[in-house]
Amino acid sequence: MPKENNPPRILVVDDEPAIRRFLRTVLDSEDFSVHEAENGHSALAAAAVLKPGVILLDLGLPDMEGVEVIRRIREWSQVPILVLSVREREEDKVRALDAGADDYLTKPFGVAELLARIRVSLRRSMQETPEPVYRIHELEVDLSRRRVVVRGGEVQLTPTEYELLRLLVMHAGKVLTHSQILSRIWGAAYVEQPHVLRVNISNLRRKIESDASSPHYIITEPGVGYRLRAEA
Amino acid sequence: MGDDDRRPAPEAMLRLAKAEEAQSDRGRLKIFLGYAAGVGKTYAMLEAARERKAEGRDVVAAYVESHGRPETDALLQGLETMPKAWVEYQGVLLPEPDIDAVLARKPRIALVDELAHTNAPGSRHEKRWQDVEELLAAGIDVYTTINIQHFESLNDIVEQITDVTVRETVPDSLLDLASEIRLVDIPPDELLQRLRDGKVYFPEQAARAMEKFFRRGNLIALRELSLRRAAARVDEEMRAYMESQAIPGPWPAAERLLVCVSGSPFSERLIRTTRRLADEMNIPWFTVYVETPGSGRHLQENRERVWKDLRLAENLGAQVSTLTAASVADAIIDYAVQHNITRIVVGKPAKSRWREFLRPPLVDQLIRRSGAIDVYVVSIASAEARPGAPLEKAALPMPFSRYMASMALVAAATLVCLPFRGVLAPANMVMVYLLAVVIAALRLGLRPAILAAFLGVLAFDFFVVPPHLTFAVSDTQYLITFAALFAVGVIISSLVSKVRERAEALREREAQTNSLYYLTRDLASAASMEAIMGAVIRNVGESLHAGVAVFLPDGERLKVAAAGTGAAAGEKELAVADWAFRNRRPAGRGTETLGSAEFLHLPLQASGGVLGILGVKLEDQAGYRMPRIRRLIDAFAGQAAMAMERVLLSRKAEEAQLLEARENLERALLNSISHDLRTPLVSITGALDMLREEGHELGEGARRLMMDTASEEAARLNRFVGNLLDITRLEAGAVRVRKEPCDIQDLVGCALVALERRLGAGKVVVHLEPEIPFVPLDMALMTQVLVNLIDNALKYSPTDSDIEISAGTAGSLLELEVSDLGPGVPEKDLTRIFEKFYRIQVPEGVHGTGLGLSICKGIVEAHGGGIRAENRTGGGLRVIVTLPLI
Repeated sequence: MPKENNPPRILVVDDEPAIRRFLRTVLDSEDFSVHEAENGHSALAAAAVLKPGVILLDLGLPDMEGVEVIRRIREWSQVPILVLSVREREEDKVRALDAGADDYLTKPFGVAELLARIRVSLRRSMQETPEPVYRIHELEVDLSRRRVVVRGGEVQLTPTEYELLRLLVMHAGKVLTHSQILSRIWGAAYVEQPHVLRVNISNLRRKIESDASSPHYIITEPGVGYRLRAEA
Repeated sequence: MGDDDRRPAPEAMLRLAKAEEAQSDRGRLKIFLGYAAGVGKTYAMLEAARERKAEGRDVVAAYVESHGRPETDALLQGLETMPKAWVEYQGVLLPEPDIDAVLARKPRIALVDELAHTNAPGSRHEKRWQDVEELLAAGIDVYTTINIQHFESLNDIVEQITDVTVRETVPDSLLDLASEIRLVDIPPDELLQRLRDGKVYFPEQAARAMEKFFRRGNLIALRELSLRRAAARVDEEMRAYMESQAIPGPWPAAERLLVCVSGSPFSERLIRTTRRLADEMNIPWFTVYVETPGSGRHLQENRERVWKDLRLAENLGAQVSTLTAASVADAIIDYAVQHNITRIVVGKPAKSRWREFLRPPLVDQLIRRSGAIDVYVVSIASAEARPGAPLEKAALPMPFSRYMASMALVAAATLVCLPFRGVLAPANMVMVYLLAVVIAALRLGLRPAILAAFLGVLAFDFFVVPPHLTFAVSDTQYLITFAALFAVGVIISSLVSKVRERAEALREREAQTNSLYYLTRDLASAASMEAIMGAVIRNVGESLHAGVAVFLPDGERLKVAAAGTGAAAGEKELAVADWAFRNRRPAGRGTETLGSAEFLHLPLQASGGVLGILGVKLEDQAGYRMPRIRRLIDAFAGQAAMAMERVLLSRKAEEAQLLEARENLERALLNSISHDLRTPLVSITGALDMLREEGHELGEGARRLMMDTASEEAARLNRFVGNLLDITRLEAGAVRVRKEPCDIQDLVGCALVALERRLGAGKVVVHLEPEIPFVPLDMALMTQVLVNLIDNALKYSPTDSDIEISAGTAGSLLELEVSDLGPGVPEKDLTRIFEKFYRIQVPEGVHGTGLGLSICKGIVEAHGGGIRAENRTGGGLRVIVTLPLI
């Protein structure tokens, strides 16, 4: 269980005072301990000193690229990094996620959405070992016994499909980019062949989704990757 | 009224204005004029240069020849001296001024010694005065030196006085062009003393000629010439001043002189005489050459001479024309009337009496028809025209075979006659010989025909007239027959050959007219520069048997824009074309400038300036000097330039129109954008203000409503900004389509997830054909397309109606359809709804940005697909996206 007494520390990195003020207002009201940094270098220093629970990071910083900040933090820390950016193009998202960001929210975003993502990130970072059994709606994945049950009935998956599902479950709620999935399951040589991935996702959906054309569990982030729905 | 009379004549003002205008951007020429070597021209020039330098002017000695005189060298000290260009000619390095270096250095004043110098072959110009002209044209003032005998119009007088032929001449127009003439004068005795003191330098080879030249009498005469010339110049200036100030004075009425040249060796003298007359009277003069069918056009040296004469006249300041007509006299009179000529100058005929009897001399014809025009008859010296003039060559010999053929004809006539010798009277057989002469005239030309007449007489005498086989004649009556046979033969020959020549001339003329006509016709239908250049190259090439290239400016430099076969132009030709382009004058082969080039380069002169250069490389080298060919090339260049200008102008007009249309569209877009950006802000700021000022007074419901409105409007604003960014990226080509094989089911799923919040349950019906293969597409972009389409359908359809999404394959295409049950779109707007900011009448409360569908269109087209809309039969709209399957 997380330590209830100490409110989680959140580091807000943004060069716009208006955005920082807005985020501080929102997060304060949710009982987070908010710290601010207005550029990349002070963000890196603050991350080392404060050891925050979550970092909210803007990509367009005055002194260095946000992606570079992610890369430097990832050299020594697995702290969840949530990118908040006006950049909405898929290649920007992929770059940030591939560099190690946990999530990506496009500005402007809804407050509820933001808080939900922060909570998912916090939860993921706090459980040292994931629950052996993952449940959402009618899908149940038992990682210890390699069993997948949908609507009460066991589903037979190929080894690759199972690996794929397991990877998504391990990072439930987080977007995994195509290249991240491809390199972890098929190996780095397959990074340029998203076709394999699509075929397997398609097959996996057919087996676990009730309606493959409006998938409920495995969500496609177009042009970015896939995400397993985390919240019930 | 008295004031009016004193006003300067408009023409005088115009002339003055033109002269001033020409002066303003041209450099000024100052000539140091002397009457012989050694009078101190170079010295005077250097002194003046030093004075200018002391005044702070930028003076450069571009070319000064001190001949090792210490006084001159001393004066050169302290003046910037440009390095000379060394031109190699026959193994000897010859110094010339480096014109390019001077042009690059661009001083205020350049000193160029010895204006009359002839440049080493291979230099840019034939003559140094042409170098000077180029410097003047570039806006550089030039100081130069020259002796009086080097001026064209005085050339023959000097020769008469001194017996020395001066070959290095400059056109008199330079003297007129000079803004200042400084006469450098010392008395002849003093000059002779300097000569004896060894202070005058001559090149060794000229020393003997100079000795002959430096006789006291000569010097006095030359000195008088130079003084008079300078005085005439002062007189002219005085007159110009009086005219410009409207000071009444005795100036000549508007007289004009015309001289007619024929290519005879005397034409040159005639031209010089006319120039002197015109100068004395200070009136303009004209020179014409009339080409007639019988004027021996095709004789090479005659053509050369005419060409030289016309050039000479041009250099001496005449307006030059070439006419073509059957009768020389008629053509001259017509020309004279058209050009308000008051006096015609002709040479005194040198023909013998009996020839005059056969054909009245030109003078008589002119006088008979001249009417009000005076005719001046100038005597010309005997045939010994001038020593050193090119020898008159005989006419080109006819091919020998023609004479052989004419002999054969006579032999055949004899063979025909022999069998009838005893039967027919010899007088009848004369006719057979006459026939042979006529055939020879028709087929072989004048000379072979005359030969036939001559041989015919001999053969007739020898074979036909008794006693046979001897030239002796028994009956002296036959002598009359001989004479008649010969005379009739000659007359018929000359008549026939004249007819032939005329026909040939006509044919040539017609061919020219035709080629011009064809070119004009092709040009009229040419709509682009490429088509025009193609037409020019084809037509000019075919009609002149020439290689043709068109040079057009490309940035700073000229570039070969198009070239016909065999007209590859190298760097050198480009340089020549460049020169012609910059100086707006013809250059290259057949001209005085850069004559060693392979092409004749003509500026394509249009009303708006020089558009480019037409380069013509004739197969027949002689063609360059044929007035007929040159005229035709000029006409071609003129036509081409006009057509090019037309295309350029219409292109400009088109561009202006396009620009205006685009500006209109942009204005409309900006209006629309500012409207769409501001409207949501009104609601948002309004709601926020209300909440801040009176939040506590509002009821819970009202507050909720305000906040919902603000939130919705913010979302709308966000969508609009997103759409604007999308369309901007699409239009800027910044959107990269990364196609990857995608599952259509996944695509539809993604779109539905994205719209999750806006969808009521069960409102979207999806029909996917089973077994649709993976389609190569950019998932993110196509999701956006589908989202926009579904969003549109939701907006325009009644709240409880279904939206259908269906997908299937049709041939090699994927068809993706989104249908609604809304009001549909008027047929005429079905294509326009994909245009930017185009909005149809929409139901109340529906907000669109007018961009959604154009973004869809942009993305789909970037995929190589298509998008269209149609009204469903049962009502509602269906949008169909097609994408290639492979």
